[in-house]
Formats: sequence, structure tokens, C-alpha cells
Amino acid sequence: MVAPAAALRVVRCGGSSLHGARAVFSADSKQVGLGTGPFSRKGEDPKLSNDGATGWCHRGLLLPGGVLRRRVTAVLLPARYLLCASGDFVKVYSVATEETLRLMGGHGDRVTAIQLNPHNHMQLYSSSLDGSIKLWDFMDGIPIKTFTVGSKLLALYALPSLEDSVFVVIPKSGERDTFQLVSVKLTKAAAQDLEAKELSVVLDGVDASPKHIAFGRESEYVASVKEVNLQVYFFKRKQLNRFSVSAIKTKSGSNHFTCIACHPTEDCIATGHADGKIRLWRNFYHKKEYTFSTLHWHHDTVMDVAFSMEGTSLLSGGVESVLVLWHNESDRQKDFLPRLGSAIEYISMSPDGALCCTLHSDNRITIINSNLRFSKSIQGLIKSADVKTGLVVDPRTKALVLNGEPGHLQFYCLQSDQQLFSLDIVQRQYIHQAGLNQADLVKVAFSAQGKWLATVEEREEVTDPELQLKLWFYDEETQSFKLNTRINMPHDDHITDMCFRDMDELEDDSLILVTTGRDCVFKVWVMVEDTDPEAQQSVSWSCDFVGSYHNYQATNCCFSEDGSLLAVSFEETVTVWDSVTWDLKCTFCHPPGKIRNICFGRLTCSKYLIGATDCGFLCCWNLLSCALEWSAHLNILVLQPDPLSEHIAAVSWLSKESSLFVFKPNEPRPIYIQRNLCKEKIQLAAFVPRDEPETIASEKYLWLRRSQLFFLTDTQELMTLSTKSLEERLTPSSKQLAVEESLSVTPFSLLLGKHRRQQSQEDTDHGKLVVHSKHKQDSPAVKELLHTPAHVLPSASFLCPIFINSLLISKENKSAVEAADEVEMESEKSEDDSDEEGDVTEMEQEDTSPMELLGETTCKLSKSQEKELRKIRKMNYSWISAF
Amino acid sequence: MATYKPVVVQAIPKLGERITQDTVYWRGYKTPVQIKEFGAVNKIDFSPVPPYNYAVTASSRIHIYGRYSQEPIKTFSRFKDAAYCATYRDDGNLLVAGSEEGSIRLFDISGRAPLRQFDGHTKAVHVVGFLSDKYRIFSGGDDYSSSLWDIPSATEIVSYSEHTDYVRCGCASKVNADVFITGSYDHTVKLFDARTKSSVMTIEHGQPVESVLLFPSGGLLVSAGGRYVKVWDVLKGGQLLVSLKNHHKTVTCLCLNSSGQRLLSGSLDRHVKIYSTTSYKVVHSFNYATSILSLALSPEDETIVVGMTNGVLNVKHRKPEEMKEKSQKKRQPAYRTYMKGRTYMPKQEDFCVSKPVKRVLRKYDKLLKSFQSSKALDAVLEPPIRLYTPEVTVAVMQELHRRGTLRSALAGRDEKQINLLLTFVARRVIEPRFTPVLVTVADMLTDIYQPVVGQSAIVDRQFLRLQEAIGKEIDYQEELLEVLGMMDTLFATFTKKNASYLEENRSNGLTETVETNMNN
Repeated sequence: MVAPAAALRVVRCGGSSLHGARAVFSADSKQVGLGTGPFSRKGEDPKLSNDGATGWCHRGLLLPGGVLRRRVTAVLLPARYLLCASGDFVKVYSVATEETLRLMGGHGDRVTAIQLNPHNHMQLYSSSLDGSIKLWDFMDGIPIKTFTVGSKLLALYALPSLEDSVFVVIPKSGERDTFQLVSVKLTKAAAQDLEAKELSVVLDGVDASPKHIAFGRESEYVASVKEVNLQVYFFKRKQLNRFSVSAIKTKSGSNHFTCIACHPTEDCIATGHADGKIRLWRNFYHKKEYTFSTLHWHHDTVMDVAFSMEGTSLLSGGVESVLVLWHNESDRQKDFLPRLGSAIEYISMSPDGALCCTLHSDNRITIINSNLRFSKSIQGLIKSADVKTGLVVDPRTKALVLNGEPGHLQFYCLQSDQQLFSLDIVQRQYIHQAGLNQADLVKVAFSAQGKWLATVEEREEVTDPELQLKLWFYDEETQSFKLNTRINMPHDDHITDMCFRDMDELEDDSLILVTTGRDCVFKVWVMVEDTDPEAQQSVSWSCDFVGSYHNYQATNCCFSEDGSLLAVSFEETVTVWDSVTWDLKCTFCHPPGKIRNICFGRLTCSKYLIGATDCGFLCCWNLLSCALEWSAHLNILVLQPDPLSEHIAAVSWLSKESSLFVFKPNEPRPIYIQRNLCKEKIQLAAFVPRDEPETIASEKYLWLRRSQLFFLTDTQELMTLSTKSLEERLTPSSKQLAVEESLSVTPFSLLLGKHRRQQSQEDTDHGKLVVHSKHKQDSPAVKELLHTPAHVLPSASFLCPIFINSLLISKENKSAVEAADEVEMESEKSEDDSDEEGDVTEMEQEDTSPMELLGETTCKLSKSQEKELRKIRKMNYSWISAF
Repeated sequence: MATYKPVVVQAIPKLGERITQDTVYWRGYKTPVQIKEFGAVNKIDFSPVPPYNYAVTASSRIHIYGRYSQEPIKTFSRFKDAAYCATYRDDGNLLVAGSEEGSIRLFDISGRAPLRQFDGHTKAVHVVGFLSDKYRIFSGGDDYSSSLWDIPSATEIVSYSEHTDYVRCGCASKVNADVFITGSYDHTVKLFDARTKSSVMTIEHGQPVESVLLFPSGGLLVSAGGRYVKVWDVLKGGQLLVSLKNHHKTVTCLCLNSSGQRLLSGSLDRHVKIYSTTSYKVVHSFNYATSILSLALSPEDETIVVGMTNGVLNVKHRKPEEMKEKSQKKRQPAYRTYMKGRTYMPKQEDFCVSKPVKRVLRKYDKLLKSFQSSKALDAVLEPPIRLYTPEVTVAVMQELHRRGTLRSALAGRDEKQINLLLTFVARRVIEPRFTPVLVTVADMLTDIYQPVVGQSAIVDRQFLRLQEAIGKEIDYQEELLEVLGMMDTLFATFTKKNASYLEENRSNGLTETVETNMNN
């Protein structure tokens, strides 16, 4: 009876591990109408950089980051897709709409690098830690071939000059932490899964990061950096040159190499250093007489450098989150694009040089115009250093709310995997500099209807922390939160917890906010009506009550469902307060061990109070009898009640794995147990109400009917439990891709596109006209002109008016068939007329026959014109025959 | 992509009195003119017609003052004993006054001798007034009676002896010519109708009534007596609307402002309180040197005249509105300049080019944007910012501290600049809103410039001043702590004896004041 095949599975819906990979712009060129056939690809130093940006993972499919392929030279058309490695997937984004168009999965481990196939721009190579290289058709999302290499692949480079091999970075067998660059021969067999075992070592002792290797102009050399050494290997001469900079440790850091890029047309290598300098190396053919110049603007590590397509300018980025454009490789001329949000990890250029994109450390891709203007940004769940706010659900949008950019609150839509909006809470300029101590958001709470939002921001200070409690009101007009009250230093020490009293009906007047602090008190904040009629705001918040218990630190607070009781935990003790008179009603404790989490039961179980303690006990107290109902020995990390049912989810951490227990407070036996949820510690959890209750066949999973449980792990991956498999959750978007293709990009294609659109409109309106326009090419006059041998043609001046006339559209709309008949008839006549010119008439017949074949395609030349033409022909021929 | 976010200057609500439109309005008076009268001023009445002269009754004389005159422009002194309650008629031509000997006299403003004299009261007449039909006078006397007099014939029309104590105040309805009200020391206010033989309504005030007032609409009645001002709804049969207890001595006089939106009350506790007539909250209050007996406000609130027990007349004139500046102001571009093109709806084929809105940044923000810490600090140490908006200076210092560049911004300055910085810190460090930041700044300054101490007399002096300021503050805080300790013990004992007493203390805001001081 209970056997719906699908067991409950853990589905990763998002994580944020941007390991670093450059994204790749597609080089597609199927622009309709331009007729520039295949791309001529002259430049050849595609450099690949690697590996995964972040993402959202659905069970086992990590979708981290992006590999952007860097520099595909000389592709003329603007790029329309952005490809990016994200965990185990490769994602295809539309540059125009920022949407995820396709998700290509198949690798068994993290994708480390992706690179367009230099010989077919519709194909993509990807390498993964699972030891395979896959060749994809990214337009259709189909894997074409899989080459199994065997060892871990850390980076992949494909060169236009070498058709049958690619370069990969693999760990050196037998040694730890040493890597080598090898070239892999890709066999051309027809099978889909191939072994690629022909490896030849090119460079030894390279760094694992894909940013540390670059291929030079025309693939003549490869350059690699590691620590303070730069090595350049020339393929033709088989010569290896080594250079090094003397290691210096300064205040701003060492001068280790961090990234490398090669000039697309000249012999020049740009390297970035950890101390913020960029060195331009030239003349490195000579072991001794090499030169380098230094560019210095960054004050911290240069994370990536990239040359523009023509090599006239250099882009660099680092921790400052400023994209610097160096003109002419000089220190003087530079442009900046500041405040990009977070540290720039990778920079990639589109093949046509019109766009460049930066990958940021917070899991975001920014697309930037060639004139250094911000164009678009692609972002999913923004990764922040530490999710201090917890997972909160916005009651209004059902979006997940957590820390976003520094000082911002992100509203993340789970359905569309998109950020809905980002609310600036701190409202201060964020300085991107390592080691700075800046204000960040630590707590957030929504009132039941989402009308009020309370946030706490703090700045760690040696002596005393800077704290601010802000209350935001949802403004219906602007559809966003508006700051209502700001309270400086609400507590003398850190705020540990905060909650609103959830009163659905009486929200307006009786809204109460409780904050607990490490300064051993909890404070009750209430709304105060402003009596002054002239005041701008009618309400503001102020402190109503301060409670404490034996000078213990207050750690958690929680309101009962009806709002009549407030539970505040003070270290080892849970105190229960009357929320009207603020009297202490009773206390509970379960020594030893401090209280870690508390929550009230809901609905039928509202008489129970659940608490989890440090030393591994889960306790349930009965509020009516004031006694312990039951307790269980579990090391609970997270305790999360479902707002729509009695169920409570508890996540425990035992012997290096997280387990999930779902229970009702009224019975000590759990309803559902999922052992080994994941290997990481679960940090936070949240129940997100479903829009409509899901039909779940199995009784075991009934608790998932009305809301869905999401977890955030230590490594900031967002996961959920689902009965559906990943495939059902992902929506293929082939349609979107098709629509995309007809998008026009250049001004010329815009012009053309307009014209074409008009045509297609006419098409629909009156089909006949279309027939006519087609005729232009097929008109007999033109055909004859073209097909008659040049030596039999009359003078050009004579032919000109006829030719011009033939291009005009005749006034009368003759039916196609009629006209065709006429032509035929006439041609017969002419045959009769001139027997001598048999060869010519044959030609004419040849001319007309395709017309007949075409059927409807008819000549639209007027009769008189045709006759004239015929006359001319006759004249000519007779004249020729005289010879 | 984010734009530069300017430095947030924290606006901290000022403690104490809040600035509202009312405070701005009622503060708009010049420094008062003091005029010495011969005795306690028992009545001031403004003429209802321009130029709004006012009659002041003090001792045995009635003085008429012009708007800006310091000397009386006219005096009526035909009284043997004290005169009371000189009141203008609605047309400003006649003046009536009661007297200690019991007679009521009617004067023409232009004449000197009384036109009529009404005799009938056996004791002093403290209140007289015209009914709104202009031909009758009502009066109330210490013989407990209140009477109505006919002006043309100088005869008594009717006399009511319903009060059981002195009748000391009264007023006539402006809506109905037959209705007048008198208040008496027998704690009642009685409403009389001239057409009936007895009072039509009696209101129990609870204390001896010193002053009564009818709203222009005639629906609301205000009575003052004891410490209370009470508002009654006459149309509902004398129902108490609100009872105000904002004075701590007897309220002696009441008056409405010209718009009828504010009620003023003067009291023996030397205060004039102004209430809003919608919320009945005190919106402003004036402080005077001695106990107030009488109070009047000229039409359009141009002048407030207050009479006191020691015979001083305090006259405040409203400051003239500053009209000149407006005319001299440079002509602004016309409204249509701003609106040009705003309402244009782009047509389908139009290509819209949006122009980014240019944001104007303050000088220090510009410098902070380009990471020029020292210059940003210099910019906020300019005199106008440093002196008038110290919160900006402190906010920038805090921002620099946040960025970790405060030390380098403070370092490397010459004698003059150090002097300036130290002066600022020494002056502002004791302000609680600046203390956390400025303590850090002072710390850094001492650290940085410790090696050069002794080289400049000016800098040394400033360091000493800073030390002195901080020392004083510490002493002050210690004292406050002591006081707090004492009060805690007091409260502890009170709580045991009487819980309700503690409550009252709290409502007085005593503890809160102490706490605020502590925070300081």
C-alpha cells in the first residue's frame, strides 16, 4: 500500500561555491541575413580558464560556476550566449535576457573548465574532476562525445592550430600537489564514449589553477606561472625559458604570481601578482635579455587579467571589485569601473570584443560593455561570507530571505532561482578591502503578514560593538520596504535572537517585537502612535519592557501561536512570560547544558514547548502541567517548526553526518527519519509554504504536503527534500533558445530585420505579392541577360533600360500560371520563327524549364517588354549569323 | 551596479522640548516690553476694531494703550476705589467697568466722564460685559447677584441671585444676544437667559471659578478654577469634555487665540500655557516673572499682553515677517522651465535616450569617494561645518575609522590644525552622541602627537583643556551615580510602604530624567 516508488530524496537546490571559472561567451554567428558564412577564425590563442562558479544544486548535481572561455579571436558577430560551469553542470545563459536557457549535466563531479571548440563554434569542450572531457552541442544541449582521460582534470585548453588534441592539467601521479600540463589526443572514432589515453607531457610543475596557464600568439608558446616563477615553453623550438621574480614580502603581501594572460597579436605576457602589481613581459625569447614593465594600481591581489581582442588594452580586477582598463599598456591611461559588488575572480572577453564579463566571488556574473559600462548581471543566490540572518521566509512573496551582498538582504525566489530584489539595510558605502571591519546584517524578522521587517546590523569593535535595530514598513505604493525607526544600541551587547508576535488579525496595534541580548536582558518593543498631528510618521517604535533573569545571558525567544506567552531562554533556563502583564509565569530547565533552540508547538500541540540543549537533549515540556513530557538524547543543531502544521523538524549532527527528524510534540516518536542527509553540518533550515498543497501518496511524507523544507549547509549549499527527481524540477527551455536565434543584434541586422519583418507581414497579408518579389530573380529578361553568352549580347547601353525595366514591378497582377503559359507559347513561336538558331532556343528552353518546374513562379515582365527583348535577340542573332 | 553611497549623518532626536510648528509660532515674539501700573492688573481687553488699542484695568484707573505705545494714550480715573473689568463693546466705541463701590460705569472712548452709571449692586462688581446686542450690560458682584442692565435707560432689567458666593467672572454668548454666563466662588458656573427668570443651566466646576470663556460657536464652555481648566459641552447639557491639570497653582485667566485653534491659560504659578483645542494637549508655554492675573491676545495674535499681581504689564509683539528678503531674492526660473518636456509622451517611433540623474555630493563625500581621507577630514573641519553641524564632522570621523584610515588622516598635521582638532574634541567629547567616536579620536591624537608634547605651548594647552573636560565629566558621572544610588534606596523603601506612591513618582518622570542624565 505504501509504496510510491519514489523515496524521498535530498535535492540540492543551490549552493554557492564559486570555485572560479571564467565564463565563455558563445561565438555564434547564425545571424540570419548577413550571409557571412562560417567564421573566419584567425586568432588562435583561446585560453581557457576554468572552473565552476556556483550554484544551485539539485541532488548530486551541483551547479556551480562558470567557465568562460576567454579570448576567441576574430569572431565577428556579437555573442548571444554565455556559458558557464556551475558545479557538475554547464549553464547556458542568454546575454540579452539574463535567463538560464539550458543546463547541461552529465559530469560526475565538478566541471573545472569549459572551452569552445575552436574548429566548430557550436561545440563546447568541458573537463571535469571525474576525469572526462565532454564535447557538447550547446545549442541543443546534447553531449556529442565523452573522452575518458582517467585522472582528475583541473583545467582544459583547446587551440585552433591543433585539431585533434587538447591540453589539460592533471595531477602528477605519485606526488601530491604537483601538477603537469599534458596534451591529450582526442581520437576521431565514431563512438560516443571514447578513451583518451594518449597523453604527452608538455610542462611540469604547473599550478592547478587555470588562471596560471596561458597560450600565446598563434599558439606558438605556452606560459605558466607558479609562486614566483614564470616558465615559457615554445612549441616549435621546443625550448623552455624560466624566469623568476625575487620573492619579496611586503605589508601588502608577497609578490607571487596570481594570474597570467598572453597578448593576442604580440609577444607579450601580462602577469598579475599578489601585491597588486601587473607585470608585462617582453622579449622572453631570450633567457637573459628579457624585459618587463610594471603597472601598479591595485592595492591588493590582482585576481585576473585579460587582454582585449585586439590587444590594445588590458583589463584587470581584484579584491577592490574595480575593473581597471589599461590603455596602451601604459600606467597613465586607465579607466575604472568601480563598485562591482564583490571581488572580481575571473574576467572573460566575448569573441568579438564587444562585451566582457566578470565573475565575482559572491556567485554573480556581470556583463560589461566595451566602453566599460555596466550592462547586465546574472545572479542566483548571492553567496555571502556567513549567513548570519538565518533562513527567513518573506510571508508576502514566499521568497527566501537571507544575507546577500554585504549589508544587503536578498530576497531569493525559489521557483525561478532568481534574486527578486536586494534591500540595502546598512546604507553605507562598503569598502572592498581585506581585513576591514564593516557593519553587517545579523538578524532579520518579519511580522506575520510581512508588513513589518526588523533588522539588526552590527559592527564588531574591539571595545564595544556598534549595533543598530531598524524597523521597516512595507510601502504598498512603492512596493518596497521603507525605513520607519532606527534604534542605536538597542542592547549593550550582541543581539542573540529576535521575533515578532504573530497575531494575524490584530496586527496593527498589538504588534510586539522582542529582542534578546547577551547583556542579560530581553527587551520588548512596541509601536507608539505619534500624537502630534503635524508629524510626518504616525507610528514609531519604542522600548516597552526590559526583562531579565538572574543576570544570565538571554539566548533565544519565541512567542506561542496565540501570542499570549513568550518563552525566553536564559542560558540553562527557559522562562515563560505573560505577554500582557510581562509577569514571569514559570521556568523550565534540563541541566546540564545550555538551551540552544526553543519553539512552541502549534495547532493541537500548542500546549507544548520544545527545547534543545547543548549537551544533546531534546526536551518537550507541557505548559499546562509545567512538567517535562518527554526528552530524547539527540544533538540537535536546528529546530524548525512548520508554520502550517504541528510538525517540527529537527536536524541533528551525529558522527559526522546530519540527520533529519520530523516529529509532533504530542508523541515522543518521530514521524519521519532521514539519516545521512548530507555530510556537511546543516546550519539553517526553513519551511516554505507551498502555493497549493501537494498530493503526496505516502503517509510517511504527509508532513511535506503543505510546506517544503529547505536547508543551508556549512558550505552554503541550499538543499531541499523532494519526492520528485531533479529532471522534473528542471524545465528545458529549447523554445527560448529558438526564439533567441531570431534576435537581431547589430545595427545592420536591425535594419535588415525590420525589412524582413515587413516582408513577413506582407506574407501573411497577401501571399501573391511575395510571389512577385521572388520573381525578381527569376524574371526571364534577367535570366536571358545572364545566361546569354557575352559575345552574343548587344551593347550595354541598349540592354540597360530593359534590365532596369525588368526590375520594376509591373502594375497588373497577372496570375502566375497565365504568365507561364504565355512564355511557353511565345517560346514555341520563336522556335518556329527561327530555325537557324536552334542552339539558342535550346538555351531558352532551358531557361524556361526551371520556371515551369517552379510552377507558380512566373515571369512578371510585361508582354510588350518580352516581345521587345525577343526582337533584340533575333536582331542579334541574325547579325551574328551573317558572320 | 551600485553607486556611491554618501556618508550617513545620524540625526539624533534632541532631548527635551521638541520643535513643532507651535513652538516656532509662539516663539515668534520680540522681547517683552514691561510697563508698570499702579496696582495688580485685573483685566486687559483689546478693542475689537483697529488700531486694536487695549484697556488695562489696574487699581482705580483704566489705561488705554496704543499698539506700540509705552505710555497710556488715555486714562479713565473717575473711580474712588478700585476699578474692575474694563471691557470694550463690539464696535469699540464704548467701555464698561465695574468698581469696588458697587457701581458700573459706561464710558465713551473719546470722552472722559462716564456716559451712564448703573447703581444696584451692594458690593464690589468684579465682572461686567456687553451682551452681543450691544444695548445691554450684564454684571456680577460680590453681593452674590448677577444683573442685566439696559444702556439707554440706565435701569436694571433683571437681577438673579442664584449664586451663593462672590461672582467673579462671566462672559456673554456671541451667538445669542440673551445668553450670558457667570462663574462664582460657590464652585458653579451658571448660564442665564435674559428671557427667563432663573438660570437655565448650572455647571459644577469643583473649585472657585476664576474665569469662564465661551467658544465663538457657543457650544463649548471653558471654566478655570483652582488648578483645573475644564471644558464643557453646553449643547449636551453641560457635559464635561475634558479636564486639564497643567498648572500647579490657581488658574486665573483664559483666552482664545484669534483663530480659535488654541486656548491660553494664565496662572498664579507664573506660566501661560497654550493648548490645542483639538487634542487639549499643551503645545507651548510661556514663563513670566510673577503670578499672572490677566491675559489678552490681540486679533491676529499680534500682541500678547499679560498683567501680573505686582502691577507689571508685560507686552510682547510679534516679530514682523521677513518680507524684504523674498523680494531681494534672485528670481527663480519659471515653473514651466522645470516642467518643460516632463509631460511629453514618447511616440512609438521615438527613440528614448535617458539621461542619468546627476547626484550632487557634498565636498567631503567627493573626497571620501576618491579615498582622500586627510582632505575629507579637512573639509569637515571647515568652520561652518565644525561649528554648526558637528554631527557631520563626527560622522565623517566615524566613517574614516570604519575604513581604517582615521589614524593616517589625523597624523601629519601642523600646530594650527592640531589645535583646531583638539579644540573640537575637547568641546564635543562630553556630548553623549559624540562621545564614542571622539574618545577614539582623542586616543589617537594623544598617541600620534605624544612625541611632540612640549614643543608647542598652544597644543599643550589644548591637551590640558581636554584633560580637564574629561576629568569634569567623570566627576559629574560619579555624582550622578551617587544620586542614583540614593534614589534607589529611597524607592526601595517606598515600594514596601506604598506601591501607588511609586507609580506617581514614575509618572512625574523623575526616574527617567535621572536615567537620561546617567546616559549622558
